[in-house]
Parts: sequence; C-alpha cells; structure tokens
Amino acid sequence: MHIYLLQAVTQNPDSSYWYLPVGLQLLFAIAFVGLMMGVTHLLGPSRKTADKLSNFESGIESVGNARQPMAVKYFLVAILFVLFDVEVIFFYPYAVNFKSLGWEGFLAVMMFVGFFLCGFIYIIKKGALKWED
Amino acid sequence: MSTAQHIWTVIGVLFVLLNIAAGLIWVERRLLALWQDRLGPNRAGPLGLLIVLADTLKLFFKEDWIPPFASKAIFVVAPAIVAGTVLISFVIIPFAPNIVVADLNIGLLFFLAMSSIGVYSIVLGGWASNNKYSLLGALRGASQMIAYEVFMGLSLMGVVMLSGSFNLGAIVEAQRDLWFVVTQPVGFLVFFIAGVAETHRLPFDIPEAESELIAGFHAEYSGMKFGMFFIGEYLGITLISAMTVTLFFGGWLGPSFLPPLVWFILKTFFFIGVFILLRASLPRPRYDQLIEYGWKVLLPLVLANLMITGAVALYLKDS
Repeated sequence: MHIYLLQAVTQNPDSSYWYLPVGLQLLFAIAFVGLMMGVTHLLGPSRKTADKLSNFESGIESVGNARQPMAVKYFLVAILFVLFDVEVIFFYPYAVNFKSLGWEGFLAVMMFVGFFLCGFIYIIKKGALKWED
Repeated sequence: MSTAQHIWTVIGVLFVLLNIAAGLIWVERRLLALWQDRLGPNRAGPLGLLIVLADTLKLFFKEDWIPPFASKAIFVVAPAIVAGTVLISFVIIPFAPNIVVADLNIGLLFFLAMSSIGVYSIVLGGWASNNKYSLLGALRGASQMIAYEVFMGLSLMGVVMLSGSFNLGAIVEAQRDLWFVVTQPVGFLVFFIAGVAETHRLPFDIPEAESELIAGFHAEYSGMKFGMFFIGEYLGITLISAMTVTLFFGGWLGPSFLPPLVWFILKTFFFIGVFILLRASLPRPRYDQLIEYGWKVLLPLVLANLMITGAVALYLKDS
C-alpha cells in the first residue's frame, strides 16, 4: 500500500505543474459558456409584452414580492452544515495518514468521533431537524 | 507534456463531454420510453437521434428573457456557474492510464470543492429570479445539496484510507486486485445516494419539483441560460457516474480484451443508465423526509463505516 503513496508523490514531483491544465480547462469552460449565452442572446427574438413583466406563477395572480423573510429551518440546516463540514475536514488528513498513525491515532479519532456524536445527539434531541414543531 | 499537448487534451475532453451531455437528452428520453412502455422520440432522423440537434437549435432561437424584476447580473452569472464548475470538475478524472487532463495529488478534494461551488448557481439563480417559487426551490436546493455534501465527503474517506491517497490515478491502481465496492459497499451506496441528491436528479429533484414549484429555481430562465442548467444537470450525472466508477468500480481496469478507455466508458454509461432507471421508477420524497433521512440514517451509517474500515484495516496490517 505504501507503494501507492510513494507513486502519488513521485508521479508529479512538482504538483503545481498540473495547475496549468486546470487553468486552461477553466479558460475554455468560461469561453464556451460565454459564447453559448452570447449567441442565444443575439439569435433569439425580443418581444416585449405586458404579460412578461410579471412573475411566472402558473397563472395565479401574483401577490407581493419574493424578497420576504424565509423559514428559519432552512437556515438551521445551513448552520449544521458549517459545523459538521468543519468537523469532516479533520478526517481528511487522518484518512490519508492513518496507516502510519496506527492504533494510537485510531483511538484519538475514536475520541473525536465521540465528541462529534455528542453534538449530533444534542441537535437531534433539540429537534433541529424536525420540520413540524 | 508541452502546453500545446495540454491544450489539445483540454479541447478533446471538453468536446467529448459536451457531445455526451447533448446525446444524453436522446438516451434519457429513449430509455424512459422503454421503461414506461412508450416509443419515445422517433421522428427526427434515424431512431430519433436528430432530436438532439433540434432541441439545441430550438434553445438557441428562443427569446433570451431577462426579467425586469430580477437582479440582472446575478441572474446571468448563475447558469454560467453550474456549467462551468461541472466542466472543470472533469480535469481530475483518469479516463485511461495516460488520458487525464490534470493528475492532481489532491484530486478528490478538488472534486468536492467544485461540487460545493455548484451550490451557488442554484441559490443565486433562484434568489435573483425574484419569484416565490424560484426562491423556495433555491432554499430547498441549498439545504439539500450542502447537507448531502457532508455525507458525500465522509463516504469517500474509506476509499482514501484504503488507497492512502487523494490522487485518483493512485486510487484506481489500488483497486487492481479488488474493486473498492467489495470492501466499501456502504461507502459506495452513500456516495451514490448523495450523488443523486447533489445533482438534484429524481427522485431527489425537490428544488425543481415541477408539480409543486413549476420548475423551481430555473422557472424564470429561457433560451440557452436554461440550456446551461440543462447541460449542468446532464454533465453532473456523467461526473457522478464517472467518479463512482473511478472510486469504487476500478476505473479503467478490466479484462484486457477491451482497451482501458472502453472499459471506463462502458462502466460510466452503466451508471448513467442507473440514474435514468431511478427517475423512471421512484416517487419523489418530501423535503423534510429527505433531510431527516440524510442526517439520521446516512450520517451515522457513514461514521460507522469509517470506524469499522479503520479498525479492520489496522487489524489486518498488524496480523
């Protein structure tokens, strides 16, 4: 298994070398998207009618504006994501190095998962994921 | 490799990808028709293949409508983000032993980062449309995609532990004896489910749910701007299928009677077929069911998978 680790390093001694093609792909992707949206803007007709000035809501009379307060439940999921994703980030370096860290590292991560689960059980008991109160 | 070679690889990969994205329109409609006992598109050209061309031309000649009530700059940028991020994600996929755009040593992290940026297109597009249905779609899409990103990231950790690398080429090489789907079945299932949620495909198409939200976050889009969301969705399916194959099904590895590239394409198309079969056969869950399923089922499952993988791998190493 260690061979693969070595391979990943020796394969590209200068890993920044590979960011050139990434940049190229980025350039071409942006050029393609820009071209497509530019061409459709030029080719398509442009007829301004009064009906197009209102929101498309399946023909129901539109009431008010969409710039309104939204359900806080969506926001709660976003906050949970921030918390949990930061915790997940700690797993990445462990996962790459776990063979060299051995049982000691494994026990440390078990402890971390324990804390992680305590927080998880707390938010479930708090009902953060329940849609209906 | 010289810069010119890099440019040709990039152009080649993009050309093939965009053709696949367009061709999937036909593949999806024909397969759905097959599974629903219909004929599907069969008028334009042989087997209805020219429907792809007809659809593309139609999108070009539709009015490119930017609503006066929308936030214009954000409204225009949003569809570009989804198509752009998915196209860039493909740089890390090893199509065959020597065919890869960029052999990044952090390939897996690059993929996760790009799929995170993809969330912006839905949020910004839905919000900028200034339409209540779009806003609801955007909110649902945002919370669904960011929640499932956590599980997606965690489900890949088992693969990283077994191969000891974030480099996708090294991950494929590590599967020479045994595909990771055998050692990581839970990781595979969670990754695939999270992949369906990330690409917001049926049955998890809650952000666009046409029967409740018209078309959700892209209700106000028209012309090729709508087309960009379309391309983004089809390329997203291709990307998740290609990643599934690379991470769990041995990538380009296969018996030598077919070249590696053919094996990779065959396996990828199998998973694209699975995506379409899911659409043909499963009903859509409610938003709260989806979120609860993710946090209460997938997260504990994937954490247990991580710990068991670690314990077993260390035990096997010691003995």
